[in-house]
Amino acid sequence: MIFSLDLLFEALLFGVLLGCFYAAVSIGLSVSFGLLDVPHVAHPAVMILGSYFTYVLTGYGLDPIVAGVVLMPAFFVLGIVIYRFYYETFEKRGTEAAVRGLAFFFGLAFIIEVGLILGFGVDQRTVHAPYIGSSLSLGEYRIPYRMLVAFGVALVLTFTLTVYLSKTFTGRAIKAVAQDEPALRLMGANPVRIKQWAFGIATGVSALAGAMLIIVGPVEPAMDRLYIGRTFCVVVLAGLGSMTGTLAAGLILGIAESIVLMMLGASWAPAVAFGLLLIVLGIRPQGLFGR
Amino acid sequence: MNFTRRKVLGAVGATTLAAGLPRALRAQQGAVKIGMSMPQTGSLGAGGQAALVALRMWVDDVNQKGGLLGRKVEFLVYDDQTNPANVPGIYTKLLDVDKVDLLIAPYGTVPTAPLMPMVKQRNLLLMGNFSFQVNAKVQHDMWFNNSPWNDAASWSDGFVKNGQKLGSKTIAFLAADQEFAQNLANGARELSKKAGIKAVYDQNYPPTTTDFSSLIRGIRAAKPDMVFVMSYPNDSVAIVRAVNEIGIGSGVKMFGGGMVGLQFTPIMQSLGSLLNGITNYNSYVPGMKYPGIEDFLGRYAKRASEAKVDPLGFYLPPFNYAIGQMLEQAVNGTKSLDQKAMAEYLRKNEMKTIVGPIRYDKSGEWANPRVVQAQFRGVVDKDVEQFRKPGKQVVIYPDDYKTGDVIAPFEKAREAKG
Repeated sequence: MIFSLDLLFEALLFGVLLGCFYAAVSIGLSVSFGLLDVPHVAHPAVMILGSYFTYVLTGYGLDPIVAGVVLMPAFFVLGIVIYRFYYETFEKRGTEAAVRGLAFFFGLAFIIEVGLILGFGVDQRTVHAPYIGSSLSLGEYRIPYRMLVAFGVALVLTFTLTVYLSKTFTGRAIKAVAQDEPALRLMGANPVRIKQWAFGIATGVSALAGAMLIIVGPVEPAMDRLYIGRTFCVVVLAGLGSMTGTLAAGLILGIAESIVLMMLGASWAPAVAFGLLLIVLGIRPQGLFGR
Repeated sequence: MNFTRRKVLGAVGATTLAAGLPRALRAQQGAVKIGMSMPQTGSLGAGGQAALVALRMWVDDVNQKGGLLGRKVEFLVYDDQTNPANVPGIYTKLLDVDKVDLLIAPYGTVPTAPLMPMVKQRNLLLMGNFSFQVNAKVQHDMWFNNSPWNDAASWSDGFVKNGQKLGSKTIAFLAADQEFAQNLANGARELSKKAGIKAVYDQNYPPTTTDFSSLIRGIRAAKPDMVFVMSYPNDSVAIVRAVNEIGIGSGVKMFGGGMVGLQFTPIMQSLGSLLNGITNYNSYVPGMKYPGIEDFLGRYAKRASEAKVDPLGFYLPPFNYAIGQMLEQAVNGTKSLDQKAMAEYLRKNEMKTIVGPIRYDKSGEWANPRVVQAQFRGVVDKDVEQFRKPGKQVVIYPDDYKTGDVIAPFEKAREAKG
């Protein structure tokens, strides 16, 4: 194994970019699972759906990032519909039914996957943009622009969601529904509508994350399976429902993976994610930034 | 009713005779069933779907000629999702529920490996489908793999020899952490060691790797003369992109070798000019002449367009059609579906196929392997038609098919015109 300070610095730098990428793909889940307790295992599949719609829109000449932003309102509505269906069929019937809702989200993930296969085939899909395939040169270092996009998306989403959740009435209501649903009801707010709204936001965010995903690399319908473990790991590591925690957990994971990859080898990198999770849960069961 | 002793005895006799007919004889009234699992989704799904188009073409062709032994051929296929865990279950169903007569293996090493103990235990003929060394340890004598390679040396030989000619002294290995890539990597490591080429970087990466920039940086820091990569389709795309962004170093003479996916048209089309300079293995490139291949590719193009799969189909489809041709020859040659007799026939005779004549060795692999190492040159972006003509993939090995010398170093080859 080759080791030098230059390589270590590069590993750190790239770890930050990779960490931001992990945070960006996990932040929607941080809202739906972290704040709302919805076992949304279809989150990566919804993201891949966002990637495919981005692919379609870029066919009409739209930039992939713009396409992601354009898709957000449609995905927001889709999120509301999905949550309403889940609420009526599972959550409304008590805790046990909500746990069975896990099967619903697995089913949803399969339906999305099969729908994409039927609609687009199994071939990989990719998009073209001036910032894909080129890199920023900083002396000896070359940083892929596509990873800088992931960095930007993660920062924008974290900042926007943090401000929204702490400064607006609905945002605070979303946080309240996570902490004490009966109390929120006593305050005159409808927890179901608040949750519905929050799930819409989580799904809308997934559209932008999906656009970022297809910018970072080609996508194929079954790719969501790669992200289920990692996104849940980031959200649990962060402490359920913490947006800045999600960014921090993503960064910890990205940097750790990048350094382990350089020092020990690539095969150890996935073990780092789940090893870290086990250690953190052992010491702080509420996660790094959970209350 | 008038029951005479003669009538009763006659009826009993006829019933006994009908019940006692061998099952196989009765089955002859139905179709000849050929079954397989095929990756139709997952990382090998794109290749698998294209291969299926070719197999269905063979089924249609043979049925137009009257079928096998005068019986229609019926083709049963299930999607294994590129998941090896699904394969034994699918083949158990094919054998015990669907009662197929003949088996074809799924495309690829990883899905085929778990099938080998089952076919050996049940003593079944299995036509291999682009597997690599899955029979090396099992040693099943009714296995016939249709792929242009044999052992690891036959695959990496052309790459290492050309590197040697260019004066390479060091090599870097980057391999996926799974059956196919590891088998290939072990062979390539041995070959380069024998050739006196020192490994300065050797990394296996897990299949869940999403970005390869760190690995490419590690290779660049090791300053190798050659880089041998053994990857599956999704990884191959990410690796090529990362090389383009990060750079692999000006000292690298050759890059590529065993990257699966760079033979698939959608991937070639999406990577476009990023492919230039890469030297990689292939099974067929335009310009190679075999009887019937051009007619096949012409007919395939129409079917592929309807099925929305790989429009060129150079890599897998002709070889899958050839699997059908070999089964046809073995059935017609032995005039039976007896799997032992068919295996004997396949072992002793040279098969005539659209990918050239095939003769098998004792281990059920091609006796005369023919892995092509070709260098991408002058590829432009967003043009699928360019790949139909010879010249975009210059064959540097083997000598029988050679159309040019390798251009080195890698950075220079990236700018070379086709």
